[in-house]
Amino acid sequence: MKMVMAIFKPFKLDEVRDALTSLGIQGLTVSEVKGFGRQKGQTEIYRGAEYAVSFLPKVKIEVVIDDAMIERVLETIRKVAGTEKIGDGKIFVMPVEQAVRIRTGETGADAL
Amino acid sequence: MQRTFKSAVAGLGAASVLFMPVLALAADDKPKLDTGDTAWMLTSVALVLMMTIPGLALFYGGMVRKKNVLATVMQSFAITCLITILWMVIGYSLAFTPGSIVIGGMSRIFLAGMAIDAVNDLAKTIPESVFMCFQMTFAIITPALIAGAFAERMKFSAMMWFMGLWSLLVYAPIAHWVWGGGFLGDWGVLDFAGGTVVHINAGVAGLVCALVMGKRKGFGTDNMAPHNLVLSVIGASLLWVGWFGFNAGSAVSAGSSAGMAMAVTQIATAAAALSWMFAEWMLRGKPSVLGIVSGAVAGLVAITPASGFVNPTGGLVIGIAAGVICFWSATSLKKALGYDDSLDAFGVHGVGGFIGAILTGVFAVEAIGGDGKKGLIDGNAGQVLTQLWGCLVTMAWCAVVTFIILKVIDAMIGLRVTSEEEVEGLDINLHGETVH
Repeated sequence: MKMVMAIFKPFKLDEVRDALTSLGIQGLTVSEVKGFGRQKGQTEIYRGAEYAVSFLPKVKIEVVIDDAMIERVLETIRKVAGTEKIGDGKIFVMPVEQAVRIRTGETGADAL
Repeated sequence: MQRTFKSAVAGLGAASVLFMPVLALAADDKPKLDTGDTAWMLTSVALVLMMTIPGLALFYGGMVRKKNVLATVMQSFAITCLITILWMVIGYSLAFTPGSIVIGGMSRIFLAGMAIDAVNDLAKTIPESVFMCFQMTFAIITPALIAGAFAERMKFSAMMWFMGLWSLLVYAPIAHWVWGGGFLGDWGVLDFAGGTVVHINAGVAGLVCALVMGKRKGFGTDNMAPHNLVLSVIGASLLWVGWFGFNAGSAVSAGSSAGMAMAVTQIATAAAALSWMFAEWMLRGKPSVLGIVSGAVAGLVAITPASGFVNPTGGLVIGIAAGVICFWSATSLKKALGYDDSLDAFGVHGVGGFIGAILTGVFAVEAIGGDGKKGLIDGNAGQVLTQLWGCLVTMAWCAVVTFIILKVIDAMIGLRVTSEEEVEGLDINLHGETVH
């Protein structure tokens, strides 16, 4: 099993969710996050006082999947969340040792 | 009151034609209250009070950081209460009763003698109680405006002492000089609704406060962006609506002067909001929300002294000038001089009031203001100089006395919160509360 952690532009969340659901993914976790990358920040101006906003809002999804799906999931997220502009975000993949469904006690891929 | 008197006259008149002239003479001696004027002035009192709470409280409250919101709205509210009592005790008497050309008399201490049928000679068609309340709302908003200059760093106790002393030592005399029978009014200084008395006065006091108290901790490096501009938009909108009571109410009558004051107020405000917005759009790339509402307030300020004296074209020009110049003063001038006038009490009210006062001397026309009240475009260039003198006298008295009051309070109890309290926020430290 792998955990895919993807950080991308907030307005793409619904499209990404729909695309992953259509791949058969049955659940994911979403957080609103802030951060910076190559896009850097933005500037806000209030009556001439400029403030650099160094952290921009993004969404982060975490989804645990079977190893076999990894390529398709990465490709889908990249295609759907991408705008080909700076600030599109990143995807990280991590190994997952175990998964347990709390209600039934199922483990491993059955718990996903 | 008037109706009762008339019917009594009618009843007696029917009984005896002979006594009629005697009774009519008695009626003439009594001031004639006008129900229309009284109704409008009652309304104006409510409108102008609404400018401070919640108008100004929200306008300022939205512009500070989240940790100082309650402390900021608290200032407006507490000032409203404090000045109300001081006005009742002595302020009104000092400002608006006959005395010398420098200060009013003591005849209305604790409002003594303000009987139910009393009338002030300055407003003969409305009850004195209404006139006193109307002027009270002006006395309230003026110090409340100053609070914008020292927002986010003054001790609440020091603020209360400062506002009380300032109201009696600066506001009351200057109101008397211009409106209460003092020497500035005698000189012919035109100030319809308070460009000099309210706005230059509050703005200059604010500048002195900002200079004496110093900058907020982290000014120029920390992010001091407004925490909720929607509050500021609501506040500015309430100020705008309330300002009809301020300007049209300053006609102290429900008639043509009030009507024209209302019209030029609306026009100047919109013009200033647009001119600030366009100036900012051209120079900074974006038309900001804070910009357009600040422009509106600048326009309201600038048309205040002019509102009963200029025609709609004059209002339009005053508005455009105020928007652009106040944009410059609140952004470039402040930056160049380096003082921390947190919410631009000086940049908007001081500068806007000055522009309005001077341009009143330019655009006043006799056709609007009546008997001899004319400015440069009506063939009386000297009025501009008269206006300038009015401004300079106000600025000088205000700056000197404000400075002395601040220094005395600083020596007695200190003006600023500790730097730890400032960083943590005034809400939790001064009031033991937080906003969300």
